[in-house]
Order: sequence, then structure tokens, then C-alpha cells
Amino acid sequence: MSELLDLYAEVAGRDVVNHLYQLAAPLKGMKVVHVNSTKEGGGVAEILRKLVPMMEALGLDVKWEVLEGSPDFYQCTKGFHNAIQGFPVELSESMLEAYETVNVENAERLRPVLEEADFVFIHDPQPAPFLNFCPNRRGKWVWRCHIDCSRPYRPVWKYLKKWIQDYDASIFSLAQFAQILPHPQYLIAPSIDPLSEKNIDLPEEEIRGVFDQFGLKPDLPFILQVSRFDRFKDPLGVIEAYKQARKMVPLQLVLAGGGATDDPEGEKVLEEVRKAAEDNEDIHVLLLPPDAHRTINALQRASDIVLQKSIKEGFGLTVTEAMWKGKPVIGGDTGGIRLQVVDHFTGFRVRSPEGAALRIRYLLHRMDRLEEMGTRARRLVLENFLLTRHLREYLALMIGVLHGLEDRIDMIQ
Amino acid sequence: MAEQPDDKSPLTQPFNIRDCALVSMATGYRAQNLREFKEGLLRVHEGSIYHHFWGRFLEPQFDEPEYSNDFAAWVYHRLNEKALAEKLSVIDPTDYENIESVRQDLVERVEDRLYENEFVPWTRADEQFHFVRSQIVVLDTGRYLEIPSDLPAAVPGMTIGSIFYHFIDARKRTEDRSDDFSAWLTGWGDTYNDLRLKLMAVDPFFSSLKELRFMVTRVLEEYFSGGNS
Repeated sequence: MSELLDLYAEVAGRDVVNHLYQLAAPLKGMKVVHVNSTKEGGGVAEILRKLVPMMEALGLDVKWEVLEGSPDFYQCTKGFHNAIQGFPVELSESMLEAYETVNVENAERLRPVLEEADFVFIHDPQPAPFLNFCPNRRGKWVWRCHIDCSRPYRPVWKYLKKWIQDYDASIFSLAQFAQILPHPQYLIAPSIDPLSEKNIDLPEEEIRGVFDQFGLKPDLPFILQVSRFDRFKDPLGVIEAYKQARKMVPLQLVLAGGGATDDPEGEKVLEEVRKAAEDNEDIHVLLLPPDAHRTINALQRASDIVLQKSIKEGFGLTVTEAMWKGKPVIGGDTGGIRLQVVDHFTGFRVRSPEGAALRIRYLLHRMDRLEEMGTRARRLVLENFLLTRHLREYLALMIGVLHGLEDRIDMIQ
Repeated sequence: MAEQPDDKSPLTQPFNIRDCALVSMATGYRAQNLREFKEGLLRVHEGSIYHHFWGRFLEPQFDEPEYSNDFAAWVYHRLNEKALAEKLSVIDPTDYENIESVRQDLVERVEDRLYENEFVPWTRADEQFHFVRSQIVVLDTGRYLEIPSDLPAAVPGMTIGSIFYHFIDARKRTEDRSDDFSAWLTGWGDTYNDLRLKLMAVDPFFSSLKELRFMVTRVLEEYFSGGNS
């Protein structure tokens, strides 16, 4: 067994890793390429950073390629992102032209690697047109959508669909995100890496260190939301919930966010958040660099309750991270949060700042329930949302794609 | 009593431990009200009916489900139809000849409710029922058990995929709709009848696969540590 997989066996269980070896055996030596738009920031890069070496450790020949875009290109793909999540976005001809030009140039650069691969996984809309510029491809191509696609803005979706429809399969995070496409649509929830800097166990002094580092009060209950400064994450709603709860219970709020290189809108939202927080010394708005994984880890562990009050959410990996640290989560009743936050068991799902305020007060009043929900939250992640499960489903999908639409694929010799 | 294989039975072959992995797929069928739900049940691929009873065990789930299948859970939580949820929840697919008969019974129970009701119960657009199916990849672990007393040591080390394959999926493959362990034990004539009955009494509907592995292990350990061999 490889050293890397040995480490995962210690957390997830030896049986889980043995299972991966068995599943990977028929795929050994196959060339696999993943393509996305950034190596830093955002959930996709975080997943690929570990998924790729794990696939390699199982004997697959894996490459991770990144598309290089222009500011116009990222403006356009940010528009796609918002449109897929349901917001009406008008994209000009010149923006679409920038999108297509960047794709042509990058596909040209990567064509030899892509065309000789047995499997190509294209992540999100940014590199979606690649397939159309690789006419001599020999492998299976799979488009992976990490975004909440439950009600995409139709004109933009129609434009993207023309680039996606010729793939051999696509992957969505939840059943409600799947769209009408002329190929099989697999459903794979994302995952977290328990051994990453963001999730690994930390010494107690390092956890307590965040109080000094960010001027937090050690004796005051501490609620936290970690997410990019993005409207869909509703940071202003979190501040509103805090202000309402604060009338009844003393507490402090930390809004910690990073920026991703493909998110030009973040600055504007951050400014609005700072303005809403400026008259309250117990609201801390932290703009953290993309590599502040350990700091985020410590903040999550130091907090009492974690919020993820999103209005729209693909999956919500910050929810998974908090639950892994034994924290109950108060989350927006949307997307993948529903799969993780089991109402009254691992946290609460809410639809308004008032709902979030009510649950904050309840959990701070009932610390026994807070502890109990946190324990259950960790177990739910251990059994369902670790990287090992994600990898297992990728491997099963690869075997599935090679065998067509059969219900049962018997690999018994 | 010493283990005396019944030589006439092919089931006395060593037990081949298998494993499986499941990946879910969208079917394109969804329902927002009880009538659409019935239409979906009628039209969806039979693999979806199987998935919502059994395949869900290999999907993320909390291990204290109120209902024994996804259909009943949605009807209760989203349509607020408690009586129908209870009627759907008692359906045990192993009581039926095949999955088509399960489908017919589901449809009939839903139709009965539609007939009784003056309006069609419905839910919000973002709380629809999504019919899902799955692909199962079955693998050979290359490991074998020679005799039944090997079971208590082997089961705790099995993956949840193996537990699913031998204890859940087996119910649609074995002649008496039981698990593979019980089926294998029949090869020893009446020797292991007690153990077979105990294994068949383990209700798989309300546990996670990890819990199920623990429950099966406990049955095996109690049996073999009680002087049986």
C-alpha cells in the first residue's frame, strides 16, 4: 500500500482503502487528465489537489492541467457561474468571444495530452468547449459541474449546452442539479480531505491562538461563517442574524473569506459587508489569503457554531469542514446543505436571518444539544463525505462509462 | 457438531467474498405532486425502483431513517401524507416476484390515495422527488471462506460494499430472497439452521451499512462462541 493511502486508511479505515485498490485494479495504467481554471482558491482546486495524487497512488497515470484566461474571460465565466445559479445575466458578444478564444488557445496548448488520454474530466464551464477542439480524442470525456444548476438562466444554459452535449457523460453534485442532456448524468457529491491543512487535527494552543491573532474575546460565544464574499453566501444576512441574536445573548461573529482568482465580484461584496459591520466591535471581517488553510481550520475549531447561510449553494464544502470538526451548522435550506445538515440532528436549516438568529439562541442556550449535534455531524462526514468516498465514486463511474448504461457491471473473471 | 458439507449442493463451494461500488445517475424524471409521482413510478427505469429501496444504502444517509424507502420518506416529508407514507413503507421488495410487481403495488397504493383525495397534494419546486437509478460494479476480492466458522473473523473486515453485496443486493439474487451468508449455510444441510434463522431475522431497513456489519458480526460471534462450530 502507498504511504499516502496508508495515511487515509488511518482516518477512514483500512477496509475503505482496500476497496479503492480493488476498484482501481481494472483501470491501472490508464491516462487520466483533469482540467479546471485555477490551482488556488475555491473548492474544485482543493479537491483536485488531493484527488490527483490519490489516483496516482492507485496506479492511474494522472495529470492536472489548468486553463490560463484573460480578465475578460474570467468576467464572462463569472457571468456563467451566476447564470447557472439562476440569476439573469446578459453576456455580450465580445465576452463570449473572449471565452471562446481562450478555450481555442488553451485547447491548442493542451491538445496532445487531452487527445491521448483515456479519460478527460473537465471541471465547470470555464474549459467546457475543449472537447470540441480536440477532434482526434480517443478516450472518454466527462464534464463535471460543481455549481448549483437546479434552475439555470435559460439563455446562458442554452449557449453552454452546445459545448457540453457531446461529452460521454456529465457529473452533477445532486439530482436536482441534473439537466436534460443526451448522455448519462452521474451524481457525485463532493468531499473534504481529512488530511489537508484545512481539516487536520490541530494542537489546542494553535486553536486558542486565533483569539489573540484576530482580537477575539475568549469568553464570548463565537459564531463563524467561512466563505467567499459572494452574494449567494449571504454575508449580509449573517450580520443581520447576528444582530438579532445579539439582542438576547452576548456573542461575537467572524466572517472569514478568501478570494479566488476567478472571482472579480468579491471586492464589491466585501465593501458592503465592511460597511454593515463597521459600528460593531464584535463583528470581525477577515479577508484571508488563499493559503490560510490552517487559520481557517483553527477558526472553525475555536468557534461554537458555524453558519453557512447561503441562498444558493453548489454543495457547501465549508459545511462539511465544520461538521468534520464536530460543529453543528446553521445552514441555508438550499443545494447540498440539505444533504449534510439534517434538521435537528446535525444542525438546522433556515430560510431567513430571523431563522438563523433563533437557532443561534437555541444552541447557545442548550449546550447539551450543541455537543450532541456536533458529534453526529462528524460521524455523518466520516461515513459519507470524505475524499475516499469521492474517489470511490469516480472510479466506479469510470468503469461505468466504459461499460455503457448497464445496471450491473460484473468484473468477476 | 463437526461441519458436514452436503456434497450434492453447489453451495458448499468456498464462499467467494465479493465487493461492489455504486454510482448514482439521474433519470430525468421528477415529481412535484402526487400525480406526477405516480406517473414517474409508472415510467421510470426499473433500476430506479431498486435504487430507492436498496441502492440508497450506499449513498449518504443519516443512520436513523424513519421510513424504509425514499418514496415513503418524500411522501411524508414533502407532501405531508402520513398514511400513504406508512402504506409505502411496509412494502418489502423481497415479498414480490420481481421489481415490476413492486412498481405495480407502489402505483396502486398511490392511485388509491389520489382516488380518496379531493385535491392533489403538492410541494415546492425545490423539494421535488428526483427519481435516481444506479450502476453497480461488482468485484472479486480474491478472498474465500472455506467453512462457516470463518465468518465471524471475516465479516468485521469486510468493506461496506461487501456488506451491501452479500446482505442487501443478495435479496434479489438468492432463491429464498435472503442474504448470501444464509444461502451459503444451506449447503451444510440442517447444521446451521439456527444461525440462518438468526441472520435472516436481522432487519436491514433501518441501519447504515456499518451498523449492519456490526449487527451481523454480533450474531455470528454469539453463535460460534456459544459452543457451535
